[in-house]
Amino acid sequence: MPTDTLTLSRPASVLAYTRRPGVRLGILAVLAVASVVVFLTVDIVGSWDFAVPFRARKVYAMVLVAFAIGVSTVLFQTITDNRILTPSIMGFDSLYLLIQTLVVFVFGASALATVDEQVKWVVEVALMVTFSTLLFRWIFAGAKRSIYLLVLVGIVFGTLFRSLSSMMQRMLDPASFAVLQDAFFASFNAVDEQLMLMSAIAILLVSLVGMRMMRVFDVIGLGESHAIGLGVNHRRVVTVMLVLIAILVSVSTALVGPITFFGLIVSNLAYALLGTSRHAFVLPATVLLGVICLVGGQFILEHVFALDTALSVVIEFAGGILFIVLLLKRGVR
Amino acid sequence: MISISQVTKRYGRQAVVDDVSLELGGCGITSIIGPNGAGKSTLLSMVARLLPLDGGTITIDGLDVRTTPGSVLATKVAVLRQDNHLAARLTVQDLVSFGRYPYSKGRLTSVDRDAIARAIGYLDLEPFVDRFLDELSGGQRQRAFIAMVLAQDTDYVLLDEPLNNLDLRHAVDIMKLLRAAADDTGKRIVLVMHDINFASVYSDEIVAMRDGRVVLHGPSSEVMQSEVLGLIYDLPIDVREVDGERIGYYYR
Repeated sequence: MPTDTLTLSRPASVLAYTRRPGVRLGILAVLAVASVVVFLTVDIVGSWDFAVPFRARKVYAMVLVAFAIGVSTVLFQTITDNRILTPSIMGFDSLYLLIQTLVVFVFGASALATVDEQVKWVVEVALMVTFSTLLFRWIFAGAKRSIYLLVLVGIVFGTLFRSLSSMMQRMLDPASFAVLQDAFFASFNAVDEQLMLMSAIAILLVSLVGMRMMRVFDVIGLGESHAIGLGVNHRRVVTVMLVLIAILVSVSTALVGPITFFGLIVSNLAYALLGTSRHAFVLPATVLLGVICLVGGQFILEHVFALDTALSVVIEFAGGILFIVLLLKRGVR
Repeated sequence: MISISQVTKRYGRQAVVDDVSLELGGCGITSIIGPNGAGKSTLLSMVARLLPLDGGTITIDGLDVRTTPGSVLATKVAVLRQDNHLAARLTVQDLVSFGRYPYSKGRLTSVDRDAIARAIGYLDLEPFVDRFLDELSGGQRQRAFIAMVLAQDTDYVLLDEPLNNLDLRHAVDIMKLLRAAADDTGKRIVLVMHDINFASVYSDEIVAMRDGRVVLHGPSSEVMQSEVLGLIYDLPIDVREVDGERIGYYYR
């Protein structure tokens, strides 16, 4: 009977489907570890005792950033049901820059310098979470949750935030401006120690919350009406996700400044490589891909281009091209 | 029973659903018919708590849709809307598994696996379990979504224009399936339908709506009358009996 062959062959193929993302995730993990090891050990001139910890701190910062950008992008794409959006396209990180500028503008650069670094960071993140959640809740609560409206509003707000910050920056005295600029554009070469500790704690907290919500994220990815139909409190879960995103964007922007396209690259690579939309696979994969891209990119930057250019330039170039390719391939949907 | 009492929905000053009171789900299949803008989909969305009510109450087996937790209602009523585009890339198996989310919260038990397998079998989707949704034809995809809704194993199933974008053969397949599901498993299915003849042939009861109000609610033979349909659609509709079924003829 032909049905016999069917029943025989099917379990195998089902297995193949469930096994594959895990295997691919494993390969990514190996690659990520390998790129870190290469970055730490290759081409050391002089003392290992100095070079390895020095490089390890860079890797530490890059892992934090890879996590923050990757996870925030995937969650944002899940909420908006759209794979070419990133929190920064929607103006999340310009909001962070605006808050920073506002603090310096109102309280002065000396305040920024004298206030305890950790307190300052916590206050900034709290502001960021409050504002972005209110703002995006307001946009999401609109009568018609049109994706085009959402994108448009986000872009307009992003521009508004940027213009406001640049206006205030122009009105600042040069000394305050210098302090502010320093705060914006820390590169991987000089990331503040305390900031890294705070970021690591924030990321740990986000992971603890996120890990328990993996399956809910999957349901949210089906869209609002399916999620509600399946008994998920869509409003509440989306709010929690927006808070997580706001925290992560604050982390990455505080560490290395705004990076527009990086999240887009790693999230879309993860979807394509894994062939599944399950967050339990996609989220770790984006983080690993982020680590590979950042550490590998920094390695190439240091050893091939001899630090002639900034990593963000390389990332934005590649990401911009991918963005255009995605637009051409699928349309904005 | 789905009890709708004095329910109103307004967009601006325009009442899309206007003081509607209705008992749904007393029989196997109930179809809601009416012209565009009659408030059919809006009413269904409110029952499925996808839209907030502006007035009135809706209860499902005594549970108020406004106050009952979504996780409880999800075990009572399942819903499928017209537009089922997904950005997420899912296989049929994945999709149908989501139907068990109200029970399993994502950790499938053997009961869940049985329900999934039954739903897949019921809709003849076995050959496609590992196929991605974007690799399926419109009819197959619609069947996959219906399988998800059936796997949810609820007493009430709400479907908004399930025949949308389907060719004749697939439309007939889906309607036969829904009829069988209602007869075999005692499910109460409420459909929003555009095709009055499909509604006539496959439903036990029809709710006819116009301008946000219910014009008539009764056995399908009662609603399938030239005068009633003419009034609802503003169109001369000649209802004839063909092989014992009441068929509306309105093409010219």
